Amino acid sequence: MELELKGITKRFGSLVANEGIDLAVAPGQVHALLGENGAGKSTLMNVLYGLLQPDEGEILIDNQAVRFGSPKDAIAAGIGMVHQHFMLVPVFTVAENVTLGIEETRPPGLLDRRRTRRDVRELSQRYGLEVDPDALVENLPVGIQQRVEIVKALVREATVLILDEPTAVLTPAETDDLFRIIRQLKDGGTSIVFISHKLKEVQAIADTITVLRRGKVVGERPPSSTEDELATLMVGRDVQLRVSKQAAKPGEVVLDVADLVVTDLAGQAQVNGMSFQVRAGEILGVAGVQGNGQTELCEALMGLRPATAGRVTLDGRNLTRATPAQRLEAGIAYVPEDRQEDGLIGDFSVADNMVLDQYNKPPFAKGINLNLGAIAANAAERVKEFDVRTTSADTAVGTLSGGNQQKVILARELAQEHKVLIASQPTRGLDVGSIEFVHRRIVDQRDRGVAVLIVSAELDEIYALADRIAVMYEGKITGFRPPTVPVEELGKLMAGGADQDPAAASALAGPLASADPPQAPEPPGPSGSSGTDPSPSAPTGIPGAGE
Amino acid sequence: MSDQAGQAGAAEAQKKQTGPGRGRAIRDSILEGNTFTVTVLAIFTAFVVGGLLNAFTNTTVLHAWGNLFSDPGHAIATAWDTAVGAYVEMFEGSIFNPHTVSALFQQASFSAAIHDGYLSAVFYPLSETCVQATPLILAGLAVALPYQAGLFNIGAQSQLIGGMIFATYLGYGVSLPVVVHVVVCVIGGFVGGAFMGWIVGELKARTGAHEVIVTIMLNYVMIYLLAYLLSFPYLMQAPHSSNEITAAIAGNAHLPLLFGSHLRINAGFLIALACALAIWWLLSRTTTGFEFRSIGKNPSAARVAGMNVERTWVLAMLIAGGLAGLAGATVIQGTDFTLNFQSYGTYGIDAITVALLGLGRPLGVVLAGLLFGALHAGAPLMQAVTGTPVDMVEVLQAVIVLFVAAPPLIRAMYRLRAARAGGVGGVMSKGWNA
Repeated sequence: MELELKGITKRFGSLVANEGIDLAVAPGQVHALLGENGAGKSTLMNVLYGLLQPDEGEILIDNQAVRFGSPKDAIAAGIGMVHQHFMLVPVFTVAENVTLGIEETRPPGLLDRRRTRRDVRELSQRYGLEVDPDALVENLPVGIQQRVEIVKALVREATVLILDEPTAVLTPAETDDLFRIIRQLKDGGTSIVFISHKLKEVQAIADTITVLRRGKVVGERPPSSTEDELATLMVGRDVQLRVSKQAAKPGEVVLDVADLVVTDLAGQAQVNGMSFQVRAGEILGVAGVQGNGQTELCEALMGLRPATAGRVTLDGRNLTRATPAQRLEAGIAYVPEDRQEDGLIGDFSVADNMVLDQYNKPPFAKGINLNLGAIAANAAERVKEFDVRTTSADTAVGTLSGGNQQKVILARELAQEHKVLIASQPTRGLDVGSIEFVHRRIVDQRDRGVAVLIVSAELDEIYALADRIAVMYEGKITGFRPPTVPVEELGKLMAGGADQDPAAASALAGPLASADPPQAPEPPGPSGSSGTDPSPSAPTGIPGAGE
Repeated sequence: MSDQAGQAGAAEAQKKQTGPGRGRAIRDSILEGNTFTVTVLAIFTAFVVGGLLNAFTNTTVLHAWGNLFSDPGHAIATAWDTAVGAYVEMFEGSIFNPHTVSALFQQASFSAAIHDGYLSAVFYPLSETCVQATPLILAGLAVALPYQAGLFNIGAQSQLIGGMIFATYLGYGVSLPVVVHVVVCVIGGFVGGAFMGWIVGELKARTGAHEVIVTIMLNYVMIYLLAYLLSFPYLMQAPHSSNEITAAIAGNAHLPLLFGSHLRINAGFLIALACALAIWWLLSRTTTGFEFRSIGKNPSAARVAGMNVERTWVLAMLIAGGLAGLAGATVIQGTDFTLNFQSYGTYGIDAITVALLGLGRPLGVVLAGLLFGALHAGAPLMQAVTGTPVDMVEVLQAVIVLFVAAPPLIRAMYRLRAARAGGVGGVMSKGWNA
């Protein structure tokens, strides 16, 4: 079966999730869809699976246009999907899960369990998908649960199998197993659409790689292309959004992170020994493909996740074990990555959201009482200053557009006295005008002497803002670079490439790592530490200081 | 009709598909814009359903209905009389009884009438409604407050029992001067309930134990603890008594009556209103309330904003428990004066329905408490005069909450009929079998 998508466009309000996407999946091929979170991969697959209807464009199967009103139609046409989060009933057995919705019955309407079990066993054998049909799903490891999902799709006679981020939940060994299964399926004539943002896996398994970025296809590459090339393509460098800014005038070290380790619930180290410093009046940009520990880094810096090891100090004050409130008090302003989940209370008014982390401080509170007048006055002022497009300050913030929601967060965070600004993906999902606005505000902050840490998956953003760039890969910093670094070199670092330029790296890592013992208070740095002027004559850097 | 239902459903489905953001906005505006309307309609509908149920479980009516074809007018009239008669008695028992007014004017002199209690008789139904509403409002607040902080307090019952035990013990166990004794007992009730609430909050904050499970289990714990305490004279059982009951509390511990000895309305009602006002102030005007509401709406954003989610849970449960404890104290000190193994009644469960009907807001809880209080106050007269069982009240409560909890049902019901008959008024004139 040959599957083709032609000019698929899908909009959500003002947000264009997919724009004119063309994609052709040949029979018996593994077609990888590579792109960052929010690039539009899942939307596209939901369109293909009938969960969403495209606004424009068509789906062709063997050159026949088809319309999928629901997943039922898609399944009937031979499309199967394994979601990132499995759609299994935990307390049912494998066989029951597989048969759910297409139950075989025998008169007088009893479930034909034996037949289902036989079907499952037969399919498992044919494709090397060993599963015990009688095992309870909740007792199975995730790798096996995924097999159950695949069996589910195969039982429904899928000839195109969509795997949405299939390796996100798997251990390396389980991933190898999955790849073996994928190859076996492929040899059996099944086409696979493999969605991922992990370069190595895509290279290992795909026959063709289509790269998506901001809802558009930005390129199609063979698996033989280099990781650097793919990484660059994925995070892109096409829009020239440059905020005019002066060279940074870095002052004292304000934020000092040393050997930070953050582990997730499963005990995996997501941040694995990171060290960096941010000075007053400079912007450190953390670049890297999403999912390399950026989220965990920010949350640990805000005290939302415990640091397993390492130290975080702000102006010499140890904040490693501080609560979020103490960190805010110490002078950290924080723009979270997920603004709807962590930054705003959607049902609350714009005015209330603008004091969300200052409600208990004067002038917004008098003792235990809220000063509603001050809150309203503050909102009126900030709405004007930040040009928040809202009918009134009493409107629920959840009804505003993404750009305006972000402005509300910035208005709140920048209004208070702070020494450090941590902004994670500050312009994700925003339109060009809002991006420029947000960037200008961030540079403003720097010029007022705030130490700024930007974490972004958008290379454009990093280039536009950063005075120094740190590249993150698998929880570690693979190198520090000045913003003049060629994009190819960043691509290499983002793909985990070894640091080729240790001298420059260490000179940029800790501005003064070479001059002082590590624990000593740091005097103002020499010019060599400035991000805009990486001095090649700083050869005394301690090797490995960038790690 | 089913065609129209289908079309309306399709239209609604289409609206929802215009996009997640807009769909949600539309849905929210429907919900919020009509919450009050829906609630009123739900109550109204519940009374209609209750009336039908009453009429068609009545043997006289059923008998008349058996002769439907020979005498249809009689069947319908009997059904109508039965349904309406019960509500009339309920009204007279809970709000206003015209007979008491005529009795008042038949007296020779007004001052003599007051002295003989004829004026009190006029206000007796209202007084009873307030008395019944007092613990419902307080316990309803105990459910509504944690609800605002994102917690479901199913344990108003256990907290109420905690408050009753403390208030009763302080009532008969110690001897204090006039005003002091009342105050001490009331505070004791608050503390007893607050302790029970605090256990729940602390368990959730420290171990993540779900408050629904914990509160339900604590309800059992407290019921049996109460029975245990009442079983032994060296604990709380009244001396020389073979019943599970405590000694009566001292007269000094009684809540003062507000309008003389003929009416049972007491200071407990004022406590309930004051608490409602205080909770309104707490929620909408204080930093603590801001924390409650933030955590109730989006705990992760609240955490990022530096709020201490766990501590707020504990505080919300502590205050809630205290409110339920106060409810218990007002029952003991206002009307019962002794504690027996059933004193907690159904207050703890009714509290959930009151909070639900009151939409989790203090003013709503007061209104819902008064409504349910009126139902409870009117039930005895209804049973005495019309023979309708008091359980009818429970049915009404349940049906009201059922409809309030299912706004789409009410909306679908009334939108369809309103579209055809051109107004809510037309709905009933057409009847339910149309």
